Amino acid sequence: MSKIGVFICHCGENISATVDCERVAQELAKVEGVECAIDYKYMCSDPGQTIIKDAIREHHLDGVVVGACSPRMHEPTFRRACAEAGLNPYLCEIANLREHCSWVHEKGDATTNKAIDLVKMLVEKVKRNKPLESIKVPITKKALVIGGGIAGIQASLDIANAGHQVILVEKDPSIGGHMSQLSETFPTLDCSQCILTPRMVEVAQHPNITLYTYAELESLEGFIGNFTAKIRLKAKSVDYKKCTGCGACMQKCPQKKIPSEFNAGLGTRTAIYVPFPQAVPNKPVIDREHCNYYKRGKCKLCETACPTGAIEWDKEDEILTEQVGAIVVTTGFNVKGTDFFPEYGYGKYKDVITGLQFERLASASGPTFGEIRRPSDGTIPKKIVFIACAGSRDPAKGIPYCSKICCMYTAKHAMLYQHKVHDGESTVFYMDIRAGGKNYEEFVRRAIEEDHVNYVRGRVARVYEKDGKLIVKGVDTLLSGEQVEIEADMVVLATAGVANCGAEVLAQKMHISYDPYHFFAEAHPKLKPVETNTAGIFLAGACQAPKDIPETVGMASGAAVKVAGLFSNNELVREPLIAVVNRMPPPVFSTCVGCFMCQTACPYNAIEREEIKGRDGKVIKTVAKVNPGLCQGCGTCVAFCRSKSIDIQGYSNEQVFAEVMSLLNQ
Amino acid sequence: MNTTNSEFEPKIVAFVCNWCTYAGADLTGTSRLKYATNVKIVRFPCTGRIDFMLLLRAFAQGADGIIVSGCHPNDCHYTSGNFHARRRWITFRGLLDFMGIDVKRIQYSWVSAAEGAKWADVVNSTVANIRELGPYTEYKKVAEYLDKEDYNG
Repeated sequence: MSKIGVFICHCGENISATVDCERVAQELAKVEGVECAIDYKYMCSDPGQTIIKDAIREHHLDGVVVGACSPRMHEPTFRRACAEAGLNPYLCEIANLREHCSWVHEKGDATTNKAIDLVKMLVEKVKRNKPLESIKVPITKKALVIGGGIAGIQASLDIANAGHQVILVEKDPSIGGHMSQLSETFPTLDCSQCILTPRMVEVAQHPNITLYTYAELESLEGFIGNFTAKIRLKAKSVDYKKCTGCGACMQKCPQKKIPSEFNAGLGTRTAIYVPFPQAVPNKPVIDREHCNYYKRGKCKLCETACPTGAIEWDKEDEILTEQVGAIVVTTGFNVKGTDFFPEYGYGKYKDVITGLQFERLASASGPTFGEIRRPSDGTIPKKIVFIACAGSRDPAKGIPYCSKICCMYTAKHAMLYQHKVHDGESTVFYMDIRAGGKNYEEFVRRAIEEDHVNYVRGRVARVYEKDGKLIVKGVDTLLSGEQVEIEADMVVLATAGVANCGAEVLAQKMHISYDPYHFFAEAHPKLKPVETNTAGIFLAGACQAPKDIPETVGMASGAAVKVAGLFSNNELVREPLIAVVNRMPPPVFSTCVGCFMCQTACPYNAIEREEIKGRDGKVIKTVAKVNPGLCQGCGTCVAFCRSKSIDIQGYSNEQVFAEVMSLLNQ
Repeated sequence: MNTTNSEFEPKIVAFVCNWCTYAGADLTGTSRLKYATNVKIVRFPCTGRIDFMLLLRAFAQGADGIIVSGCHPNDCHYTSGNFHARRRWITFRGLLDFMGIDVKRIQYSWVSAAEGAKWADVVNSTVANIRELGPYTEYKKVAEYLDKEDYNG
């Protein structure tokens, strides 16, 4: 006969507002095998946990069901409390009365009855729970960081400085990411490259960091502490051991008109190129798509120019296999192009540019060496219009969220423009100004008050060209409600920040979740912002949602601490909710018939063959055996097993069946 | 079958995956979206774990409808469990007619951890559908009969 303790949490009023918690406890007390049923205002609090611990000791409970919030929230809390009172933690189950009941239903009998059913179901389950011991597996103390922007750089440096090996993989020929493209940073207006490039160099020189540029994650297998990552090193066509980075090849390259990705399409580059002068590593790659030799079979001018013979024409992609214990994903974001906006000319007007392109114009290392000049004719624009929320907060465009950084960088752009073009006039069209952050609001006020940027609250309906001018038609919704028409020389769109192209493919490779906009999903929006639902994989930066540099850096350091924390153990404790093949005394040994269907179903190759031998050493039977270090507990094998010989701990056939029966047999 | 019975409260069991739909249903809660109380969730590690015989058992015990929901294709936490479940469902669905179960009584769907609103829709539409179909007793009767006769097939 079981002795189950039932504990119903009011969660302040979160549960008790719609569920009659006292009645739930009273009803549960009547259930067979329930020794005590108690309700309390905050079960997760210290006194609440003490109630559970005292009850375990007093009633000698052999099972606990807590009716509270989602088990994804406090299952570890309550399991730990049980363990402290001497009850095996896996004899504790959580009934989800908040997220799955009180928050989604109106107050009433139906809701209370559902709550009673949910707890009863778990009572039937916990009666069949078995005490389990957690599994210990070794940890590979090496981290993989994917993406070499500021987030990846910061995370790599922090993990490396904690004394662990780091592999940093960057898809482009140089690390640096979007931050290296920026001119000045808000709210201090210090030069972006000046604060970034020393860190880039530090990454390249750090003894604990192995840097692979022009490389991508090919595949990922394994689990926390023991991942196997395959990394594709794309063919650079240049031998970096021989190359000195002198740049003679780039001067000779006849392909000079390729739009430069680093300059957001405003400048040009050659086919053999270093993305920007401060690149790390400062050695070129050949862009085979545009190279004359790869396209037409002849040219090789760079080879003749190279003093060290570093060009490797026949180089192929290499696949590298690395064992790592944790992964930090820092793949960043992108911005929508001007072609996303039919109302602003579908990208056909050269002088309608994105905020990122403006950064390049304002940057001393940019195509105009920091002078604000129109891309169409190179003249200095005397009237400039900035349009905030271009795409963002616009459900009609499929981007209902706020891109967060645009208000601030638009204020910065207008300010930089006023500093560089003294007789210029700048106008910003905005919906709201969102300047939350230290010194951010003051920064925007400075743009308005000291630099006299004209802020107009309202939307721009259309931009069209007339007599060489861009006519910006909008409306001032704050003061006059009247239409505004500005003859501008240049228009800058603060286009929405979006997930990188192919982000979902990367997420699928790593088995992490992503949101409807393809940003990677954190494990908990408030309490686990850097973790993913896949243990051992962490997130940092704008791959999770648009964010500015300080937030990105903070998140990267947060993820790095998680990794360092993980690596501070020699062994990893894992949940024992894994599959087991039954064993019995002779002459049966196991009901497993050795068909090994489970082996074909297992995604982790966790099922091995075991030979059961008699005393004479002869093989009596070959049966399946689960390797507890590899099994992740998905249970696919359980549904496959024809003889019902394999079962999964925590979700056994018996337990699941009992849950369903308790729901229906009433 | 009484299709206009407004008193009828269908019993619906949802077999869901821990990583997508369970978390999605949590999000429905955190977003305070409301749905019918008829659906009760049984948590599984993965839809690949779900033995479809359990669906028959549930019907035999008096369930009026069943929801099976997990991760979208390619999004499985365990690489491929949802593909196994999908294939199993396709085979199983073909047998339902033979077993005398209306396919409309089983809702097979994909709800990710980010789709709280979708979960509320799935629940509400399933409840509405089952309400229209009415109580399901045939399978329970057959099961009882087989139990009584000590049927061992």
